[in-house]
Amino acid sequence: MDHMSADNQQSPDTRAATAWLAAAAVPDPEIPVVTVADLGILRSVDVDADGVVVARVSPTYSGCPATSLIQQMVLEALVQAGFDKARVDTVLSPAWTTDWITADGRRKLQAFGIAPPVASSNSKRALFGETLVNCPHCGAGETERISEFGSTPCKALYRCTICKEPFDYFKCL
Amino acid sequence: MTDKTYLFQYLLRLADDHLILSQRLGEWCGEAPTLEEDLALANIALDLIGQSRSIYSYAADVENKGRDEDHLAFVRVERDYRNALIAEQPNGDFAHTIARQFFVSAFMVPFWREMESSNDLMLAAIAAKASKEVAYHLRHASEWVIRLGDGTEESRERMIEALDDLFIFTGEMFEVDETVEAMIRSGVCTDPSSLMGEWLQTVQSVIAQATLEMPDTGFMQTGGRMGRHTEHLGHILSELQYMQRTYPGQVW
Repeated sequence: MDHMSADNQQSPDTRAATAWLAAAAVPDPEIPVVTVADLGILRSVDVDADGVVVARVSPTYSGCPATSLIQQMVLEALVQAGFDKARVDTVLSPAWTTDWITADGRRKLQAFGIAPPVASSNSKRALFGETLVNCPHCGAGETERISEFGSTPCKALYRCTICKEPFDYFKCL
Repeated sequence: MTDKTYLFQYLLRLADDHLILSQRLGEWCGEAPTLEEDLALANIALDLIGQSRSIYSYAADVENKGRDEDHLAFVRVERDYRNALIAEQPNGDFAHTIARQFFVSAFMVPFWREMESSNDLMLAAIAAKASKEVAYHLRHASEWVIRLGDGTEESRERMIEALDDLFIFTGEMFEVDETVEAMIRSGVCTDPSSLMGEWLQTVQSVIAQATLEMPDTGFMQTGGRMGRHTEHLGHILSELQYMQRTYPGQVW
């Protein structure tokens, strides 16, 4: 079965779908348990009029150092899947939001020990007020924020007051 | 000047504000009072540098003279930098760094929010990302102003001094000159002086929660937008530009 490889005889739609599968499987370099599709940063994969595969990727944070690495990895994945003519574009608008993390992505984050964002980012409470974050290790709701900023721009540092474990929280954006 | 030249000037100012402030915050890396704060300041610096990169790239496109983002960021001379003076002020003690960040973030929140409806689509797109990020910056700085102001006698004294020292540089953020006027006219930005009310309200409310008094308003420093800087910028640039000056055109 070679449905994962490019075939110029295929229709543009089929090629785009095949290219999507290849690009979507690229893991996040910082949190390799989730893919770029899980995070919702892979916006679309299309084939343009010249047959060039164009993947569109949104950065999580403006200054996230992983952004250019992710673009490179997506490009490599496309080339490896046989799409020699491929390009990765950056999309700033609409701005990425944590609401685009898929249910599967949230589950994987949780299992990895990173608490997924709790509320919709439209909620003022989530952006400006206190947030109720459950401990990803023991599930307790009694947690406290240690720092607004964690090991990467997208995460905050929390601590569980029950099991005493520190953990990362994927911030609402 | 044509509309394009005005836009280029305006973008340069905005990008320089972000780059220079980011460079200042980066100086804390490895030296902040606690590990969490080290991460926080580096994270904020990273957001700012990301924002500046988007703006420089766009500025380079607008200028269309073959310069790229790195060229704009690294090989101009001091007088060609157009950042507001507050961005280049020294880190001082932690309270000074926080006061500087607080005053700037309290401005950036309404600034980027308004920019989201700019009729310049590129700036609107950059704004959509930036406005979410600066909300965190403002919350972080506000919490520290309150903690230090309403803290020990020592932290209180230092916070008061920092707010007093930096307040004189805040007026420049709201200035309207020929370039800004041209941008307002073409719908690129809203009149920054119209953001003064909201800024003052934010600043007053946090300073009140910190049980402190507002600094005395009065004379405001100016000059950055015309390239007249304090003595600090040259020192920042000597560090910031070192690699590109020593190995021109070098890339990672």
